[in-house]
Amino acid sequence: MSDLGDLYQQVILDHNRSPRNFGKLADANRQAEGYNPLCGDHFTVYLKVENGVIQDVGFQGSGCAISKASSSLMSAFLKGKTQEEAEKLFQTFHEMVMGKLSEPERLESLGKLVALSGVCDYPARVKCASLAWHAMIAALKGESREVSTE
Amino acid sequence: MAIATGTVEGHRPKQTSFEVERIREDFPILKRKIRGKPLIYLDNAATSQKPQVVIDAITRYYSAANANIHRGVHYLSEQATAAYEAARAKVRAHLNAREDREIIFVRGTTEAINLVAYSYGRKHVKKGDEIIVSAMEHHSNIVPWQMLCEEKGARLRVIPMNDDGELLLDEYEKLLGPHTRIVAVNHVSNALGTVNPVRKIIEMAHAHGARVLIDGAQSVPHLPVDVQDLDSDFYVFSGHKVFGPTGIGAVYGKASLLESMPPFMGGGDMIRTVTFEKTTYNDLPYKFEAGTPYIAGGIGLGTAIDYIGQLDLSAIAAYEHDLLEYATRAVSGLGGIRIIGTAREKASVLSFVMDGVHPHDIGTIVDREGVAIRTGHHCAQPVMKRFGIPATARASFAFYNTKEEVDALVRALLKVREIIK
Repeated sequence: MSDLGDLYQQVILDHNRSPRNFGKLADANRQAEGYNPLCGDHFTVYLKVENGVIQDVGFQGSGCAISKASSSLMSAFLKGKTQEEAEKLFQTFHEMVMGKLSEPERLESLGKLVALSGVCDYPARVKCASLAWHAMIAALKGESREVSTE
Repeated sequence: MAIATGTVEGHRPKQTSFEVERIREDFPILKRKIRGKPLIYLDNAATSQKPQVVIDAITRYYSAANANIHRGVHYLSEQATAAYEAARAKVRAHLNAREDREIIFVRGTTEAINLVAYSYGRKHVKKGDEIIVSAMEHHSNIVPWQMLCEEKGARLRVIPMNDDGELLLDEYEKLLGPHTRIVAVNHVSNALGTVNPVRKIIEMAHAHGARVLIDGAQSVPHLPVDVQDLDSDFYVFSGHKVFGPTGIGAVYGKASLLESMPPFMGGGDMIRTVTFEKTTYNDLPYKFEAGTPYIAGGIGLGTAIDYIGQLDLSAIAAYEHDLLEYATRAVSGLGGIRIIGTAREKASVLSFVMDGVHPHDIGTIVDREGVAIRTGHHCAQPVMKRFGIPATARASFAFYNTKEEVDALVRALLKVREIIK
């Protein structure tokens, strides 16, 4: 049985208390909303993408500690990554929170995001962790619609 | 015999007082451990647990009396039909309806409301008419009416509520008028616990010639309901919230109204004769019960009603009231808590938010302590919007819950504070 501490790690609590890159990004050229109607988590992810590289990331909204920390960690981690890298990271991240990461060595590529690996023991919370990521992918693809985890 | 009627008569004499420890013995799931800790089940507004007699009645039906009803002339079919119809009589008696044929079995409250909206609503609601719901309805008592309004060009009006979660009857009076066709309101709010003055609400609607549907999903488990005294036109509820199985519930409707309504679904059992030119419909209640129903569910519900019938209901009501007050004081006492729903008249539900902690995190952390509560919008998004919150944590009680369990909830909430600083 996993301990609650595996889910609510210090780094997650820290990002929940003081989220990074929180707020609307003034010069964003891509944005998308993520909404989880089940629990009411609602975030907008802003991206500034130039020449296929994510120059800046911001996010706004409200949600639980897991969704907020995940958004915050993601925003910090994606800066400077190419679109292709971001998509690959999303894949790896998603496999991690689903508990389906086939090659554990790929965890390294996720850096601090590994703090969210405990989510895989809480199936009801996987959507919280991946909400901002779905929005980020939608923004990258230029889909201005709202993405839902449902 | 027990199978034929699904009765628990003789199970034990009617209780004249209320001993919670004895009651708990009747519910096998309460002995379960969750993550090594005793289950503390405080999600009764979502669904209640089942006493052994209900579980046994369903098992007995399938193992000794399973047959289709209203069709066969063979022994088992007659037995199954008798048991199913006996369950209908029990529901009638429990709601104090006049006649058995005023009770229609459905899957649950949601189907019940859809039946009334589809059948009564489509026949009687026209362009320019108005349907009134309240600001504290469950989505199931909003969406079917919205669909009807959209189809007919009618208008949905909403009775507002105050900050305590009490309906504003003065505003309701202003909404009523010559265009009002239907008023649909819950008896007890699932998100706030408010007990609404439905008798008054019905009286006011009737003064304007409107018909009233009362959503009894949260009231039947906690309050005595007398549909004749209320003069309710329709009263609906779910079996699984009154200690019966999921997938069964009932519509009570005044016979005169049900008679005038077209069928909800077509098929077997709801017809008298069928030719390719014309079909004549069966009498009440079968007109509304197309297809093979959930026979075991009906029998299980009948048994659940027998079960609560042999308890001392006034003692239970007093006990639940006391428990809710105790829980409200204990949870408020933690500080940094806002109780959502502070009506004077409340039943069973304690909805709250905690400063700086999202309800979802509360739910996950208390679950690790074996405490099952509901977190989210409780299928009442307009209520959340009204109070300016995305979600709440909700503890909801049944008569088998104890003050010790409330204490465990409080300890679990302290743990939430400890973890999410």
